[in-house]
Amino acid sequence: MKSYETVIGLEVHCELDTKSKIFCGCTTQFGGEPNTHVCPVCSGMPGTLPVLNKQVVNYALKAGIALGCDITRYCKFDRKNYFYPDLPKAYQISQLYLPICRNGYIEIEAESGRKQIGIHEIHMEEDAGKLIHDEWEDCTIVDYNRCGVPLIEIVSEPDMRSAGEVIAYLEKLKLILQYLSVSDCKMQEGSLRADINLSVREVGSEVFGTRTEMKNMNSFKAIARAIEGEQKRQIELLEEGKTVLQETRRWDDNKDTSFGMRSKEDAQDYRYFPDPDLPPVSISEAWINKIKAEQPELRDEKKARYIKAFGIPEYDAGIITGSKVMAGIFESAVDLCKKPKEVSNWLMVETMRLLKVNDMEAEEIHFSSENLAKLIDLVDKGVINRTVAKKVYEVIFTDDIDPEQYVEENGLKMDTDDGQLRMVIEKVLAENEKSVQDIKAGKTKAVGYLVGQTMKAMKGKADPGMVNRLLTEMLS
Amino acid sequence: MELTRLSALELGREIKKGQVTVTQAVKEQLSVIKARDAKYQCFITVKTDKALEQAEVVQKKIELGEYKNSPIAGVPVAIKDNICVKEMTTTCASKMLDNFEPGYHATVIGKLKEAGAIIIGKTNMDEFAMGSTTETSHFGETKNPWNIERVPGGSSGGSAAAVAAEEVPIALGSDTGGSIRQPSAFCGVTGIKPTYGTVSRSGLIAYASSLDQIGPIGRTVSDCASLLEIIAGHDIKDSTSVPELAKNYTEGLVDDVKGMRIGIPRDYIGEGLGTEIKEAVIQAGKVLEDKGAIVEFFNLDMVDYAIPAYYVIASAEASSNLSRYDGIKYGYRAKESTNLQEVYKKTRNEGFGQEVKRRMMIGAFVLSSGYYDAYYIKALQVKALIKKAFDNAFKKYDFILGPTAPTTALKLGNNLNDPLKMYLGDIYTVSVNLAGLPAISLPYGIDSKGLPIGIQMIGDVFKEKTIIRGAYALEQTRPYVRPVL
Repeated sequence: MKSYETVIGLEVHCELDTKSKIFCGCTTQFGGEPNTHVCPVCSGMPGTLPVLNKQVVNYALKAGIALGCDITRYCKFDRKNYFYPDLPKAYQISQLYLPICRNGYIEIEAESGRKQIGIHEIHMEEDAGKLIHDEWEDCTIVDYNRCGVPLIEIVSEPDMRSAGEVIAYLEKLKLILQYLSVSDCKMQEGSLRADINLSVREVGSEVFGTRTEMKNMNSFKAIARAIEGEQKRQIELLEEGKTVLQETRRWDDNKDTSFGMRSKEDAQDYRYFPDPDLPPVSISEAWINKIKAEQPELRDEKKARYIKAFGIPEYDAGIITGSKVMAGIFESAVDLCKKPKEVSNWLMVETMRLLKVNDMEAEEIHFSSENLAKLIDLVDKGVINRTVAKKVYEVIFTDDIDPEQYVEENGLKMDTDDGQLRMVIEKVLAENEKSVQDIKAGKTKAVGYLVGQTMKAMKGKADPGMVNRLLTEMLS
Repeated sequence: MELTRLSALELGREIKKGQVTVTQAVKEQLSVIKARDAKYQCFITVKTDKALEQAEVVQKKIELGEYKNSPIAGVPVAIKDNICVKEMTTTCASKMLDNFEPGYHATVIGKLKEAGAIIIGKTNMDEFAMGSTTETSHFGETKNPWNIERVPGGSSGGSAAAVAAEEVPIALGSDTGGSIRQPSAFCGVTGIKPTYGTVSRSGLIAYASSLDQIGPIGRTVSDCASLLEIIAGHDIKDSTSVPELAKNYTEGLVDDVKGMRIGIPRDYIGEGLGTEIKEAVIQAGKVLEDKGAIVEFFNLDMVDYAIPAYYVIASAEASSNLSRYDGIKYGYRAKESTNLQEVYKKTRNEGFGQEVKRRMMIGAFVLSSGYYDAYYIKALQVKALIKKAFDNAFKKYDFILGPTAPTTALKLGNNLNDPLKMYLGDIYTVSVNLAGLPAISLPYGIDSKGLPIGIQMIGDVFKEKTIIRGAYALEQTRPYVRPVL
């Protein structure tokens, strides 16, 4: 078999987190009863006109600046014409001829090392509605709530060569957009969707192979599988001496295979032309500078700062800044308790464990940093021991409780009464004569066992250090 | 006093003085409509109950001292049926929308209501404003009040005919390529197409968005200027509306053209123009010269390219604007479709008339890949050159004088069979829309067939006041001639 190279470019659609839609005042909130977030404008009623939401331009500029793009100082909206029931005007307002941003890049780190992936362009557009097929009534109903929700489409250059690079690109892109607060990037709600353009060619070939497009992938895992599957399919075709057809394919993640949807010949002619209802947008130097001045700290800068200012190991800083929510909790908890290493430990060990156990993403963390900071203080002051603290943290993680109150109410404070502890130890020693003899014979390992027995008898509410000290004292 | 013969301003004054109540005025107007409209078919919808209800309300408010600054409080107004009026069917004279009732007012309707005008009904038009005769209406053609065997012009034929037939003193039309001015000329009334961006398009059902403008039609220049002053102004709902506008149109109502420089394009009085209309234009020039204006002939370039450029641009935009009528959400839906494609095909095939389909086909063609540059982009370049030709003319002249249309009102019946010939009738009007300029058409004489002749004055952008001044001065030299009704 010849040796092949896979060439991948992505089109990522990202719903912007503006309060109102791109061309009307309706809310962009996800969910809601069907057709309750609509007005005559976003439902395309006759005589209505679009009015651009400036915030959309701000957000597109934020993204473009963060991705090192050139800003199109005079950009326009175009109409993309096609018939479909989820598109009430029968055209989508988008940007073809003069998109707002061009020529940017994202630097990724994949198994292949550091690499720049080019951004061809970013353009602004409106989302369409949703069709819901009612199997029971055998009819299709339309929900226009999503109609007019603002999107940016980020089109990469065909610079990626593997599923690994694609995932690294997407993860980086997602983080940048989240840090910019321009999108929540919730793939399960469709606020981040990717189309994959993929072709294969013999290694060393200068020309691209024929590409296929896979639409609307909405999980990283599905994307990785779809890429593996599609490159295998194309290589097999070439190996059999067949040709790859230029077409749009649909990846069925359940069946682990893709299906042809429509070929190039069936491709629609969208008859793009400038939307006469929307004047061109002039973007001044001052406007760009204002956005630049307001750009927040992004992941790479944040990571470097954690390492430098807090002495957090690079790996840990990477994990914590790998989620905007986690980084947020880290920073405010450190602000409150001034113990960056402790906060980092709680996030790296217990939080990661609980996320895994509960099958959650870091973005779904919902406890407050105050409660974590209080917990750390409780341990630090010796009010509770680490074992108890872990138990309390589990409750903070799920129910965001106030640990001070919780410890108080559940009587979890460490017993510092040395008299009571001595009595318990005496009892433990009496019940475990064998271990006592072992220790006296030099088998110090058994000390641990006796500490454990004492802690058990104390129902965990003792300082293990203190138990250890008293035990040693009483044994000698 | 025959109330329905009064101009809008005269009627408004009588109402303010308490000489007549709004209800009386509206009742009388409704009875004229009832008596005449079977003959002329100007209206698609007349809302008798609603009009009388409004009349009562406005009368009370007038008595309470409201509408102090409105000269048309209590005056009935007719609205072209492509302008949305809440809870009134707004059909665009199409089967596609014959049951469509918008849940919102167009911005101009809100402004009329604030001024205390009474919305009396919706007027007939060419389907989706595509046509120059009002014969493409799904509801049948409107007849010209001067001669019922003639067309009223179009596409605002119903509005112009209603004003001429005294079924209403003033009306709103819309003008994309001459649709206010040409029917005004054919019906012997006055109409203004404002500078693009002067009047909000919000609630105007789009034909060609970059060219459409709403404007007034009346029997006097003063009525039109006053109505324009009421409906003009920036609207946040229309991004193409102009932010700061000097609404000083009625200041142009002075009988004084001394020192004004007026250009008559040679290209506008050459081949293809009816002799009697040419004479009327030259006569008007002489009259204005006698009043102290400086009148010259000049060459306005690009005139021959205006019609092809217009039909490419307007059709392209129309093909996109009219795609939303797909039978899914509102309006007409064909029965017995078995799948989505069939719903679209049958609905659109049955719901649209021939002329609309023709323009949508032209539009889809010129926008399709491979043809876009050759047609659409080329047409935009021509549009820019036309604007430049006008810009050059306005360096020398305050306004341009010419005919509104090459003929007077055409015979009913044969016009739709030869669309190219029909399109040529737009030669003097379309370039004004392409350049976004204001223009006024006013009656100036009657031809040997007994039909009114219209002449046109074209101004530079936002120079409505200038053309109103020219038109007012000319209007003062002859009495208004009404058709025999």
